[in-house]
Amino acid sequence: MSGAQPSRRTPSSAAADSRSVLISCEAADLLQLTVNSVELPEMEIDVQHAPEFIIPKEAVAAASPTGTPQGEGVFAPNGLTVAVRNVSRSFGEVKALNDLTIEVPTGRITVLLGPNGAGKTTAIRTITGALAPHEGTVQVFGVNPIEHGEEVRSRCGVVSAKPALYDRLSGWHNLEYAADLYEVNGNKAEKIREAAARFNIEHALDQPVGGYSTGMKTRLALSRSVLHEPDLLLFDEPTSGLDPESAHAVLALIREMTATGTTVVMCTHHLAEAEGLADRIVMLESGTDLIAGAPEDLTARYWPQAIVKLQCTEGDLAAVHELPGVLGADIAPDGLRAEIRLDHEVRIPDIVGTLVEKGVRLTKIDPFEPKLEDLYFAVRNEAREQGKVGEVE
Amino acid sequence: MNWHHVKTVARTDLRQLIGAKDFWVPMAILGSMFFLVIPFVLLISITSLGEVEAVAQVSQAIKVLPAAAQEQIIGDTDAGRTSYALAVFLFAPVAIVVPLTISTAVGSSTIVGERERGTGEFLAHSPAGAQEIYMGKLIASFVPGYATTLVGFGAYSILVNTVVGPEVGGWFFPTPQWWALMLWVMPPFLLLTLSLVLRLSGRVKSTAAAHQASGLVTLPLIGVAYSQSTGALFGAGVSSLWIGLVAWVIALFSLSRGMRSISRGRLLGVAIET
Repeated sequence: MSGAQPSRRTPSSAAADSRSVLISCEAADLLQLTVNSVELPEMEIDVQHAPEFIIPKEAVAAASPTGTPQGEGVFAPNGLTVAVRNVSRSFGEVKALNDLTIEVPTGRITVLLGPNGAGKTTAIRTITGALAPHEGTVQVFGVNPIEHGEEVRSRCGVVSAKPALYDRLSGWHNLEYAADLYEVNGNKAEKIREAAARFNIEHALDQPVGGYSTGMKTRLALSRSVLHEPDLLLFDEPTSGLDPESAHAVLALIREMTATGTTVVMCTHHLAEAEGLADRIVMLESGTDLIAGAPEDLTARYWPQAIVKLQCTEGDLAAVHELPGVLGADIAPDGLRAEIRLDHEVRIPDIVGTLVEKGVRLTKIDPFEPKLEDLYFAVRNEAREQGKVGEVE
Repeated sequence: MNWHHVKTVARTDLRQLIGAKDFWVPMAILGSMFFLVIPFVLLISITSLGEVEAVAQVSQAIKVLPAAAQEQIIGDTDAGRTSYALAVFLFAPVAIVVPLTISTAVGSSTIVGERERGTGEFLAHSPAGAQEIYMGKLIASFVPGYATTLVGFGAYSILVNTVVGPEVGGWFFPTPQWWALMLWVMPPFLLLTLSLVLRLSGRVKSTAAAHQASGLVTLPLIGVAYSQSTGALFGAGVSSLWIGLVAWVIALFSLSRGMRSISRGRLLGVAIET
């Protein structure tokens, strides 16, 4: 959509109908094309903030050359594959989850970010129905995983922090076990080989897993998780114990999986891993969610203004106060260093040009691009001030 | 109950046992000792070596057997009658000790073992139901003990017929009571024991603790099973059927309780489900 603007139509009950499919896109033009290709009922579309919307399967079928809606059964109502709402779970005196809310959009990578003991693993266990919440509700694929455990778990692939493999069995038998439990249809042997090849572990399938390196075990566990072509993948510290190269490869594969519409939930405390991978992050602390959203939205919330750091050897940076677009500046007493807040980063070249004309000899121009790490600590500091996070001991 | 899941869990556990030489070699030795070595030494010393003192001692023991049992003893010579009584009545513990020992060793570590290895996480997230996992593990614990016993029973039958048969006029073993013991009385005792052992395995924190705890449970059960099995062998035809029936009822009740006791939380090793 050229010059895409948020557009809203009247909400329709069809949007919440489970007999619907969800279409998402990142390219605005594609969205426009898709909207034009089917006869849409009236519904709410908020392109900028939620580039996903739901249309009835019948409408998609009518627009499809084959008349078959694509991705049938994959998507859940409201565009959410997982909806954890106000969930609490205790183990004796220890409260592992405390009023936790997590929303996982379909076909996206949602990263649960938090320190050890934040409740990430318990959250995963609650999502698959392995643990029942004491309070709150969990919906996965639109159903309660406790009541519909087999149905939900058969559509999930899980890689836990420890690879959870049977050391006495060969790689092949480990995968075969999963294939049988998940009742993989079709050519089982072929699918085992394909899954292993995807993670480059097919050469070791005949060997006992006990002899595998940590990296090989992780790759086998990843192969096992995708063997039954799940709609939802849950990775709990998937790169734990891997060397940087293997970890990078694993993260690339995780990104690749979402290309086929698979929804991914990944737990990690490595900020660098989440950077660039997460479509959405949920920061956890002491079993509760501190903040959730797309990384760029969250950073925009914490740093609404563009920031540039300047350093010079001659001249006075105090002159920036008078320049257009400058909203404020913290200038060092010597006038040689400054942190400048702008209405937009496009002002930077003009500001630099003007300062140079005024005889300022700039030695450093550093536009501040907040990283996930900055966001993480900003959120935690804010939470600490609000008393939601304990002081670091 | 999805029996495909049950079968898959059982088959995988058995596959791991078969691959574990450190498990099945001692178990094979145990079975051989009880079913072959000890009976062979005792029977051969009576029948072939003419061990007069041993014959006299066993003859005294025979006199304290119930009348119904004494009537069943055949053979024309003291050695023949003694060896017959020994083979048919006095080796009942063999049929009990071996399967209970083997199956308890497997069963006690089965759930806590999944937890210790971290594989409980995989099972907990799998589509298999907790009760299906329980049943699969029960079968995987039952099969090694019972299979060893059946194989040992076959070997014991050949041994007894070969060594004692000539003394009593030909092949005579298994007797109807032994068939009933092996196929009707012994399985429910094994299942009853395993139902308790698996419950323990889900509750304890380590395999070592599981072995300790299951030993405490198994010993009295071995005593009960031994006495009932001996009674089944000594008694008239229907007594073994009744003993077996009661044992089956108790075992099935215990199994149903055991199935309800297992949860995914126990596989994960988290605190007891509330």
